[in-house]
Amino acid sequence: MAELKLMKGNEAFGEALIREGVDGYFGYPITPQSEVIEYLMTELTHERTGMVTLQAESEIAAINMVYGAAASGKKSATSSSSPGISLKQEGISYLAGAELPCLMLNVVRGGPGLGTIQPSQADYFQATKGGGHGDYHMYVLAPASVQEMADFVEDGFDIAYKYKTPVMLLSDGVIGQMMEKVMIKEQKPRLTDQEIHEKHGDWATIGRIGGRERNIITSLYLKSDQMEEHNQKLQAKYKKMEEDDCRWEEIQTEDADYIIVAYGSSARISQKTIQLAREKGIKLGVLRPITLFPFPKKPISELANRVKGFLAVEMSAGQLVEDVRLTVNGKVKVEHFGRNGGIIPSPVEVLEAIEKLIKE
Amino acid sequence: MDIKDIIKPENLVYKKTELMTDNVLSYCPGCGHGTAHRIAMEVIEEMGLTEDTIGVAPVGCSVLAYDFMNIDMQQASHGRAPAVATGIIRTWPDKIVFTYQGDGDLAAIGTAETIHACNRGENIVIIFVNNGIYGMTGGQMAPTTLPNMKSSTSPFGRDVETMGAPLKMTELVALLPGTNFVTRHAVHSPGHVRKAKKALRKAFQNVKDKKGTQLIEIVSNCNSGWKMTPVDSNEWMVENMFPFYPLGDIKVDGKIVKELH
Ligand SMILES: Cc1ncc(C[n+]2csc(CCOP(=O)(O)OP(=O)(O)O)c2C)c(N)n1
Ligand code: SF4
Repeated sequence: MAELKLMKGNEAFGEALIREGVDGYFGYPITPQSEVIEYLMTELTHERTGMVTLQAESEIAAINMVYGAAASGKKSATSSSSPGISLKQEGISYLAGAELPCLMLNVVRGGPGLGTIQPSQADYFQATKGGGHGDYHMYVLAPASVQEMADFVEDGFDIAYKYKTPVMLLSDGVIGQMMEKVMIKEQKPRLTDQEIHEKHGDWATIGRIGGRERNIITSLYLKSDQMEEHNQKLQAKYKKMEEDDCRWEEIQTEDADYIIVAYGSSARISQKTIQLAREKGIKLGVLRPITLFPFPKKPISELANRVKGFLAVEMSAGQLVEDVRLTVNGKVKVEHFGRNGGIIPSPVEVLEAIEKLIKE
Repeated sequence: MDIKDIIKPENLVYKKTELMTDNVLSYCPGCGHGTAHRIAMEVIEEMGLTEDTIGVAPVGCSVLAYDFMNIDMQQASHGRAPAVATGIIRTWPDKIVFTYQGDGDLAAIGTAETIHACNRGENIVIIFVNNGIYGMTGGQMAPTTLPNMKSSTSPFGRDVETMGAPLKMTELVALLPGTNFVTRHAVHSPGHVRKAKKALRKAFQNVKDKKGTQLIEIVSNCNSGWKMTPVDSNEWMVENMFPFYPLGDIKVDGKIVKELH
């Protein structure tokens, strides 16, 4: 049964994993997302649904456990925060190369290095441009509420299986830690072994049932023509994602002269700025990318034909802004406003940045 | 009599297991990997485990094991096979899962994954091929390289003062409560092949009986990396590797059966 609950973002994500019928979660503690594994352990997932929750010896081990389970047709997930996600990069590249579906959550904290445990959005490049080695992308969803921390679990797995690709939720310490009302979906049953054979038996490594030909999971292509062909296949997949599964939200953009592009908690803050701006007679709207990869190029370039300027607002020194600039392609000005180090921008600061943009 | 007249079932003395493909092995002629592959596959076939077995081969010369082993296989990143195998066995507890790892893989980059999988007692078979060198990348020093042994990154011999002493991972994991059967073998002579195969059979039976981690080390040659002929490399292995890595059981049924030092 669906239920309305008051939960932290991290807990909502954990509960959503259970209700999604996930088979295995593998993680390693790191602030500000340790609540995910703590929640799953406390919930005794194995007793509730048969879902395995395992604390790995490192993020490297955790992502490789995800790889093993995913390659065997099991729904698997992991979560971490920035330094831990850095450690996972080789594994994510292998998952993308071997075309394995799985879900990962990054509750971003400030960096570089050990940085800070405070919220940040400084892992945008890492998440959207590949992060690990090779020409690949993850499908990246950016939740802006506790509700989306839960909802994007199902959406993320749907995409992961549709494209056989790793999917990341790029969240941050604000969304992970804050408590909000959240409608949790009803429990989905985990796939039975038989259902896994039926659904994934043509590619997953689950033993040569019925004497079928062997299945192989690999990302190795020693012959250059085959490696190129594989890369082209991946690129075609990313193109299709852009055509069919790009998501965004437009808030008061219809009559807007200026547009803030912001995702996650920055989008929440910017919504307040719309109100402040409109009280002053500035027609401001927000375009919130829901998928960061694929990036909502279409609506942004359409807006660029009729607005006077864009402001990218993000908790980083300027990462999202590069994609906005590439998309707007010089048609109108694009400026950046960011705080970092764990400082959350205030709606008033954002308004000041808009006023500066208008003046310049 | 024509040769075709001799090819009859009653005259059959040896047959390649169905679980080895017809692909030409990519290993150097004389390398022990091929024999190790074959006996592992023979055991799986003879035990009737084909439909239940999933193998994991990480980076190393044997990363292409999936070209030769005719079972469901996953390629893994360098060192991470025990974690990958953990992901499989935890979500498919009734399957038979094994890893096939080199010494650089298992004892250097994958030390943590190996120790922790063994410590958790993951119900998997780890086949550990120790040739004392990095074969795939062209003969660099491995953690298992013998003292004073030459390699491309220890061109004047391994100096234990600056490069550390060889790591005996097999003895090390035998001390962990999660390991059930830990043993060391070789495949350079028919007698040794028979013994190694027997050990593999026992290990696969043990995971079938859910007894925990099984580690079978196979001390092997790397004639290319050692820059020797296959015959010389096997002689060198007997003379130099075996004294340092003595063959035989180390832990049986969860009990250490050998003095460890
Ligand atoms: C992360 C990473 N580091 C390094 C390598 C390069 N590399 C490939 S195989 C290998 C060593 C393999 O040696 P071993 O595990 O002993 O297996 P062998 O080839 O001797 O059978 C190395 C260092 C790699 N593929 N990935
Ligand atoms: S390089 Fe060494 S380990 Fe690799 S196939 Fe050749 S002989 Fe065997």
